[in-house]
Amino acid sequence: MNQSQTEKSMTHGEAGLAMAFAASAFLCLFAAGKAVDTAFAFHASLGCAASLWAVFAILNRYYDRPAALPAREINGRPNYNFGPIKFSAVMAVFWGIAGFSVGLLIASQLAWPALNFDLPWTSFGRLRPLHTSAVVFAFGGNVLIATSFYVVQKTCRTRLVGDLAPWFVVIGYNFFILIAGTGYLLGVTQSKEYAEPEWYADLWLTIVWVTYLLVFLMTIVRRKEPHIFVANWFYLAFIVTIAVLHLGNNPALPVSVFGSKSYIAWGGVQDAMFQWWYGHNAVGFFLTAGFLAIMYYFIPKRAERPVYSYRLSIIHFWAIIFLYIWAGPHHLHYTALPDWAQTLGMTFSIMLWMPSWGGMINGLMTLSGAWDKLRTDPVLRMLVVSVAFYGMATFEGPLMSIKVVNSLSHYTDWTIGHVHSGALGWVGFVSFGALYCLFPWLWDRKGLYSLKLVNWHFWIATIGIVLYISAMWVSGILQGLMWRAYTSLGFLEYSFIESVEAMHPFYIIRAAGGALFLIGALIMAFNLWMTVRVGEAEVPSPVALQPAE
Amino acid sequence: MSFWSRHQIFEKNSIVLVGGILAVIAIGGLVEITPLFYLKSTIEVVDGIRPYTPLELTGRNIYVREGCYLCHSQMIRPLRDEVERYGHFSLAAESMYDHPFQWGSKRTGPDLARVGAKYSDEWHVTHLTNPRAIVPQSVMPGYAFLAEAEVDVAGMADHLRTSRMVGVPYSDDQIANAVNDLKAQADPDNAGTDAFAKRYPKAVVRNFDAKPGTPTEMDALVAYLQMLGTLVDFKLYNEKANLR
Repeated sequence: MNQSQTEKSMTHGEAGLAMAFAASAFLCLFAAGKAVDTAFAFHASLGCAASLWAVFAILNRYYDRPAALPAREINGRPNYNFGPIKFSAVMAVFWGIAGFSVGLLIASQLAWPALNFDLPWTSFGRLRPLHTSAVVFAFGGNVLIATSFYVVQKTCRTRLVGDLAPWFVVIGYNFFILIAGTGYLLGVTQSKEYAEPEWYADLWLTIVWVTYLLVFLMTIVRRKEPHIFVANWFYLAFIVTIAVLHLGNNPALPVSVFGSKSYIAWGGVQDAMFQWWYGHNAVGFFLTAGFLAIMYYFIPKRAERPVYSYRLSIIHFWAIIFLYIWAGPHHLHYTALPDWAQTLGMTFSIMLWMPSWGGMINGLMTLSGAWDKLRTDPVLRMLVVSVAFYGMATFEGPLMSIKVVNSLSHYTDWTIGHVHSGALGWVGFVSFGALYCLFPWLWDRKGLYSLKLVNWHFWIATIGIVLYISAMWVSGILQGLMWRAYTSLGFLEYSFIESVEAMHPFYIIRAAGGALFLIGALIMAFNLWMTVRVGEAEVPSPVALQPAE
Repeated sequence: MSFWSRHQIFEKNSIVLVGGILAVIAIGGLVEITPLFYLKSTIEVVDGIRPYTPLELTGRNIYVREGCYLCHSQMIRPLRDEVERYGHFSLAAESMYDHPFQWGSKRTGPDLARVGAKYSDEWHVTHLTNPRAIVPQSVMPGYAFLAEAEVDVAGMADHLRTSRMVGVPYSDDQIANAVNDLKAQADPDNAGTDAFAKRYPKAVVRNFDAKPGTPTEMDALVAYLQMLGTLVDFKLYNEKANLR
């Protein structure tokens, strides 16, 4: 790379990727022409347009760039690559607001069914996967990619590996989201919860994810520090395991290679087991391990304290990834899944309580000696409260996995409440905290535009979460009790529709809670935007700082 | 060398760390999933289970497409109230040809595992068109557009063929006559109904949406709903026969 001071030439990556995308544009165009359904034709056209754009963008970037690629180090200090991270962080904010808005809409649909408008693409059944995918994979995924690329560079003290590869990961991932999301609206789904995208979106995600793994892993390999920092273990476990889960849950045979419909390889009880092995570990590895990595970097950094216990992190890490993978069958209690599998699932779910709380203690106790900062720093408060919500959700989870409790809670809103105490409280808050840290760091700002607005965000969102989860606790338990209530003569006391009717007030409260959470996120978006636009620039420090070891 | 310093092998070698992660996460999945493919007790032997007819399969694909599974389960648990409310608890065999399974995880609406033959076709058509016309408190979306959409019959044989490749035992005869069978099941006056009945014994032939002409998506979905849970005759079902 260094020899080409005078003459500029394309790298193998630029030439190869440009040619690959050119080929992909032709392939997509051909597929669009041969498509057997309109959704596939639409997606193939999108693929063609995106490929052409990619060829143009790669060539344009090549003509605009200096002859030499960015150096790995400048004056002995790592030359960090922040471009793809900025993109991913902005997309996270965008998708977060989109996902919360769709959530508010479908919550309102359950209270006022007229909001379905009786159109195919606005009905609850198609919007619900749009909501879950937008918040989990689009919002959460972009937060994970952005923070992981940031943390791995900082803790390895080296520039991200690859020139185009990190861009391919962030843009390719968001293109997957676009294909998945528009697909749901058009009725393209394989109906496996949190794995709804059809075969071609799955194939594309596989390519993107393997590239993500390679960029992340090779950056670790190139590290300047002897030890791999604990946050990176969690990121690595998240990336590797999601790849395994994705491949295990999604093998499908398309009816036509020019059509969107496929049939999944697994059937009936085996498919159910594969699905919840995947589904629960999408929670365990996407929404837990990945965000625990955020906890292990951002809380110590923001509190300016080291991680509480290094040994506890080791136990936490291995215990949580070993135990989590067993917990899937607790989604299938009392079903046609064999009892032995249900019992295993329950047993391991209860055991999972221990490493979960071990991790929570490790995160919370990191504040020892810095608890006063909770009063003055709302960002740190958000991060710490997220860990408290994590502790609450990971206590509730094992409780609900006990078969007798599950016989009441399963199929009810209690599950929805449980998911949201984890999703809004833990994943949401830890992501907001990380974004509030990340934006000033990435755009070289002294601090956020307004800490007061962070405070407003914190309180509005917290009230929203409390409304949401308490409404769902009440409605869920009420529903469960109504279904099993008997009269003194031994007849079922309530018809099903009476339980639906009883939910109405709680669905309104839930929607109100969701609206508050959305308002909080809008405040955040404004605050981050103003931070980038008018924030005071950080004056670079004249001497190289020592790493905080 | 203490235990903690031995852990450094993972902290200092990224490839060893990846290997460790893979090994640790593989165990649970292998123990819980692989036996389901070879333990005979996983799926009981029951009379009456057959693959879906082309019209039912089309209806099932619409059920999947519209995300019905997000609010309706198809899995009755062996609990007193569920058995009384919905019928005999679900057997693994009843979903053995389901690619993908539709057990669901939430009951915003009632379980549908045995909804078949509980209501008339007319009830279903009216209810799907405007749920609140029949159940005023319902929060279900309306699906009037299904009645306007004709079923795309062209690729039907490919659907059966693909299903066979993933393990559903469709015969050559069934695949070759997929389109005829699809039309015959929704039209009692069709010349092919006898041949259809031979290929899918006990499957119901009716004009489900009561409209003449090519089958609509409403026909298909109602045909699917009306067969749910009806394949096994529980008067003849012997639970003891499956104890091994």
